[in-house]
Amino acid sequence: MQLVVDGKTHEVDVEDDMPLLWVLRDELNIKGVKYGCGIAACGACTVHINGEAVRSCQTFVSDVEGPVTTINGLGTPDLMHTVQEAWTETQVAQCGYCQSGQIMQAASLLNENPNPTDDEIDEAMSGNLCRCGTYPRIRAAVKLAATKAQGV
Amino acid sequence: MGKVGKIARRTFLIGSAAVVGGVAFGVYKVKTPHANPLEQDLAGGAATFNPWVVIDGDTITLIGPHGDKGQGVAHSQAVLIAEEMDLELGQFEVSFGKPDKAYWNTAMADESVPFMSTDESFAAETMRGVMGGVLKLMGLQGTGGSTTIPDSFDKLRKAGAVARETLKAAAAQKSGINTTALRTEAGHVILPDGSQLSYQELAPIAAGLDPVTEVTLRDPSQWRLIGKPMKRLDILAKSTGTQTYGIDVEVPGAVHAAIKVNPRQGGVLNGYDATEALAMRGVSKVVEITGGVAVVADNTWRAFQAADAIEFDWGDAPYPAEMEDHWKALGASFKDELLDKEWRNDGDVETAIAEGKALELEYRAPYVAHAPLEPLNATVLVEEDGVIVWTGHQVPRQLQLLVAGITGHEQEQVTFHNQFMGGSFGHRLEFEHIKQATEIANQMRGTPVKLTYSREEDMAHDFPRHPGVARAAGTVKDGKVEALDLQVAMPSVIASQMGRAEISLPGPDSQIAAGSWNNPYSLPNYRMRAYRAPELAPVSSWRSVGASANGFFFDSALDELIHAAGADPMEERIRLMEHDVSRKVLEAVAEMSSWGGQLRPNQGRGVAFIESFGVPTAEVIEVTNTEDGIRIDKVWVAADVGTVVDPVNFENLVQGGVVFGLGHAINCEITYSDGMAEQSNFDSHEGMRLYQCPEIIVKGLENGAKVRGIGEPPVPPAAPALANAIFAATGQRIREMPFYKHISFV
Repeated sequence: MQLVVDGKTHEVDVEDDMPLLWVLRDELNIKGVKYGCGIAACGACTVHINGEAVRSCQTFVSDVEGPVTTINGLGTPDLMHTVQEAWTETQVAQCGYCQSGQIMQAASLLNENPNPTDDEIDEAMSGNLCRCGTYPRIRAAVKLAATKAQGV
Repeated sequence: MGKVGKIARRTFLIGSAAVVGGVAFGVYKVKTPHANPLEQDLAGGAATFNPWVVIDGDTITLIGPHGDKGQGVAHSQAVLIAEEMDLELGQFEVSFGKPDKAYWNTAMADESVPFMSTDESFAAETMRGVMGGVLKLMGLQGTGGSTTIPDSFDKLRKAGAVARETLKAAAAQKSGINTTALRTEAGHVILPDGSQLSYQELAPIAAGLDPVTEVTLRDPSQWRLIGKPMKRLDILAKSTGTQTYGIDVEVPGAVHAAIKVNPRQGGVLNGYDATEALAMRGVSKVVEITGGVAVVADNTWRAFQAADAIEFDWGDAPYPAEMEDHWKALGASFKDELLDKEWRNDGDVETAIAEGKALELEYRAPYVAHAPLEPLNATVLVEEDGVIVWTGHQVPRQLQLLVAGITGHEQEQVTFHNQFMGGSFGHRLEFEHIKQATEIANQMRGTPVKLTYSREEDMAHDFPRHPGVARAAGTVKDGKVEALDLQVAMPSVIASQMGRAEISLPGPDSQIAAGSWNNPYSLPNYRMRAYRAPELAPVSSWRSVGASANGFFFDSALDELIHAAGADPMEERIRLMEHDVSRKVLEAVAEMSSWGGQLRPNQGRGVAFIESFGVPTAEVIEVTNTEDGIRIDKVWVAADVGTVVDPVNFENLVQGGVVFGLGHAINCEITYSDGMAEQSNFDSHEGMRLYQCPEIIVKGLENGAKVRGIGEPPVPPAAPALANAIFAATGQRIREMPFYKHISFV
């Protein structure tokens, strides 16, 4: 089957029920997408399909209809997405393992709601677990990203 | 018989010398430097000055041997070297180096540093000051016990200074100008006429010189980096999905493995049927490992699926099958023959309690999982002439020994590439996954094997935080706390952890008492007795170790007594605190939080103070008792680490420690039924999520004489400060974690 990921088209030969996560990580070697729980309880595997945040560990690859964007395609170290800029300026990460998913979730939130309230941020981001406890900085970075995006 | 066999049942001698693999380092070693491990690998013209700095061609590499679990030490170790070496961030690479004796932690590592000014009392001070038994046990290249900064602070600055002065000597040779007329800046030696010689061009000359070892460290007033806000070196990679962790390691030709091991920890495998698994797509083989089997496949998911398809007949757990019996065993441990140590006995507790009106209370702390978000994993390649291991681990040399013992190689034949870790909280001090990956790879020599734990395996085979029960009695008199008698029963986490490495530790386990006995209060009558409960489920060090439960026990009991005395919780703590640095921490948090100010209806505040890992830490928590349950509004934290190396990372780590402490205190426990952990994933053991996270205001104090680490100390006061705040808001005392069993949270 064909998959469009980060703007590139890939032909993959895998089981229909292989989760998108493992196609991305093991078949296409896109390692920014992380495995944390496999049951959509941590959000580390969050990617965008058609611009919307989904948990790739709970998405069968055969159900993917539309282009996939991963953290590696959202922006690059040389050309970061606004949310990634906000994440570096706020220095959110500790271990950093959850942050790919956090950033993808935040980008999706801001795409739908450019100026979220504190409650809306809490609601949108609470499905993404951070074991290091960087939540105060995640909140700050989402707000900074919203400000940056509106300043453009 | 391999290396692991050779160290079996050897005893670590604490304080004077450590014995690992037959190598003893005692006082006689002080003047004998270890060989510089970097010298073996140098190309022609490259220079190394000590085990922490190498210049090769255009690249300057700074070695920070402590592993990075997210606490930011890849950055902070490099900064300590760069500060003295006059390098700017961005002018150098960082590396964890390779396992070597030269990188042994604290006292042991100091012995390897020829340019260390002699400090006769250093070892004694380390042992006296750092309460973590883990550090004592890991007198080798280890990361844990909040020791990276204490271990590195002088050593790495001196390493940078030695490199700087040696480069200046090289510049003097090249230019004919005396070193006293030279200075350094941004990776260059600057000559009196303003012309510059880069470190890289000086390196080939410096390589031929004896390192200059008489160096003077800069006065803190001259620091360019230390104490200033910095951008962490790993922040860009960690914000763009480009940071590689152990789970991301790609070795050409690698196969993917998943394991199933008896979920009754330590139980045997009676039998299994892998017929279905072997027929599944991508599965190449099923191999036996200690206590279970591994599936080898061409993809992680296929390996997971096949492992799930195997039918098993598991043996019984070697500990009580039901949780109720674990609590019974703990409750039955308060007896003389199980007294591990009476750690403190100030005044006359028994007379004071006999004379006064006594409170009698019991507290409980459950098992909790480490559950770092990156599941455990390891990639291992076994070949005839050596082994290569890629994973993130906290004890590299012990890892080498273990691997060599399995494969029959010499320790030096095991190459270890330490990786950035997606969290640990203590789990990456353990070796089971390393052992399993090596056992698989040893049966497939020549093929790299990447073992990835499913989340369920990671939690089923976690060695959780040890549980504990505390009994407290106390009296008050004239509006003051008069006496506290605290008894704590826990299994020995150190015995369990070191037992898996077949190392026995004589004497009492300080972690049964850490956080309780060592509090710097001057109570008129205070006794702290630690009871060693029998070993139950296997357990391991969990962020802040003994203090994570003892902090809750001690400070909760103290708070109950303060309320019984009718005193103000903050004022009475300050009154009882004669230790100057600690009292200032309490005064700081009182000022930050405007303690005593007006609260809104249904609000309450609690304060807690615990000293752990040498860091006095006080937290004030403000909660509101809403219609839907307790909401944590705000937390104020003050902690004294002597010197704050990186204020941004310091704040982040303190906030994270509070979240870790609160999240588990509110929400988490591991319980056993039929010998198996009942929690298997983040749906049943999730810590804290963002919606529960309060605002957390942090202040780092620098009154302490010693430089300390901040990874763990914010955890222990979090639970008691919250319980004390809930009492203030509701009148309800919570004496058992997790709190959700007793009160609802928003």
